[in-house]
Amino acid sequence: MGTSLPRAVLALALTVAVVGAADAAQRKKPADPSIWEPTRRAPLTEVKGDPVRGRVIVIKKGSCLTCHVMPIPEEADHGDIGPPLATVGSRYTPAELRMRVVDPKVLNPDTIMPSFYKSTLNRVAKGLEGTTFLEAQEVEDVVAYLSTLK
Amino acid sequence: MKTSLIALAALFVALAGSAAQADPPFDPKDPKMAPYISGDKRSGYTFAEPETRAMQDDEFLNPASLWVEKGEALWTKPDGKANRSCSSCHGKAEDNMKGVGSVYPKYDIHAGTVINLEQRINMCREKHMAATPWKYESEPLLAMTTFVKMQSRGMPVQVQIDGPAVSYFENGRRFYYERRGMNDLACKHCHEDNWGNHVRTELLSQGMTNGFPTYRLKWQKLGSLHRRLAGCNEEIRAEPYPLGSREYVDLELYLAWRAQGLQVETPSVRK
Ligand code: HEC
Ligand code: HEC
Repeated sequence: MGTSLPRAVLALALTVAVVGAADAAQRKKPADPSIWEPTRRAPLTEVKGDPVRGRVIVIKKGSCLTCHVMPIPEEADHGDIGPPLATVGSRYTPAELRMRVVDPKVLNPDTIMPSFYKSTLNRVAKGLEGTTFLEAQEVEDVVAYLSTLK
Repeated sequence: MKTSLIALAALFVALAGSAAQADPPFDPKDPKMAPYISGDKRSGYTFAEPETRAMQDDEFLNPASLWVEKGEALWTKPDGKANRSCSSCHGKAEDNMKGVGSVYPKYDIHAGTVINLEQRINMCREKHMAATPWKYESEPLLAMTTFVKMQSRGMPVQVQIDGPAVSYFENGRRFYYERRGMNDLACKHCHEDNWGNHVRTELLSQGMTNGFPTYRLKWQKLGSLHRRLAGCNEEIRAEPYPLGSREYVDLELYLAWRAQGLQVETPSVRK
């Protein structure tokens, strides 16, 4: 994707600026910008992701079809809010996919896409506070599945 | 009974199926649509299926008319220790309630805060009728709110957002743009950035409030705006606020401003 690099750089600059303004008072040295580097996103667990399980998670618990058209013909009614994901595995490395599933706001602070592995969310329904949309292993499974979409 | 239930279920499946195939027809130049558009703003009516629009348009088909009739009956029914009815003070609703519903929520000097129409009705009950306030979302409160708001049908929504209303309005605006819930979404992500797109089969509208209270086919009953807001909060797994809360009244004011210029179409019918 030709636009993804400049967009990432812009988002990086924005994120750093916002973070910097918010807690400049407490912090002694500036954050290392490379923490946002997509290729630095290491797997969340030791266990290798399972693409078959990932496909089920994408349909059910992840509800990705709410917004994305995906090559999952047995499910009707794919949403059209996000881009189609049929070839997403050929456009991104697993680390880049992981970053987009874990917390897409790192790249686009304004995105509608949920952060699937973030526990510090605002006014989550009672009983779900402090939990994440997907568990770590489930994120790995989803990333493994997305990587097969070529 | 059983067969009719099955028939009903089949109908719903058929409806859901047809909704998936194509969006309801909408032509901005169609003169029939003019009352439902104001500049860039589009009422939920323009996103609804033709069958749903027809239900709203026809007084006899509109299932909300049950509530309208109930509200009309309550208007002249004395209640409370003062043994007064709404009509004791306000006379004919058709004359004296015209243009009242279209300016709420509004800053009220006696309350010292911004209140919505439901709260205004309950203030009248307490202060002028010495009656107990109706519970939020109770049948009589829904019926009366609908009956009063309906007297402004066809008039543009027109709320005051300056002067004493400013801080309430700003609070509502903040709510609209603040992410919440496990799905980490703000109102604006669906109704400002993505109207016209689909969450699964569902066509997103601009989330306009000019038709409330609304008869929702999914609820099989009439409901308030606050019930809808709680529903949108729950859908993204956010903890909803109580109906009638400060948060929702402020949001209601902000949403009324977003709908400013659209005509009141209470009682609307929606999926
Ligand atoms: C509420 C809507 C929504 C949901 C639910 C959603 N996404 Fe997304 N997704 C988007 C949007 C919109 C984008 C476009 C990029 C952006 O906004 O930052 C996107 C982008 C992506 C991308 C990058 C695609 C590209 O071509 O750049 C991937 C990968 C992705 N989503 C995967 C997923 C997966 C996997 C799930 C479920 C576990 C999911 N999404 C759920 C809205 C959503
Ligand atoms: C995940 C997407 C989503 C989010 C976030 C969301 N809504 Fe909705 N909303 C919907 C859907 C779907 C409907 C039903 C179809 C339509 O009218 O858009 C709806 C309907 C509505 C309606 C009824 C419109 C009518 O014509 O009857 C209003 C008002 C509304 N939403 C306001 C809000 C507000 C205010 C918020 C934030 C507190 C919000 N919504 C958050 C998805 C959402």
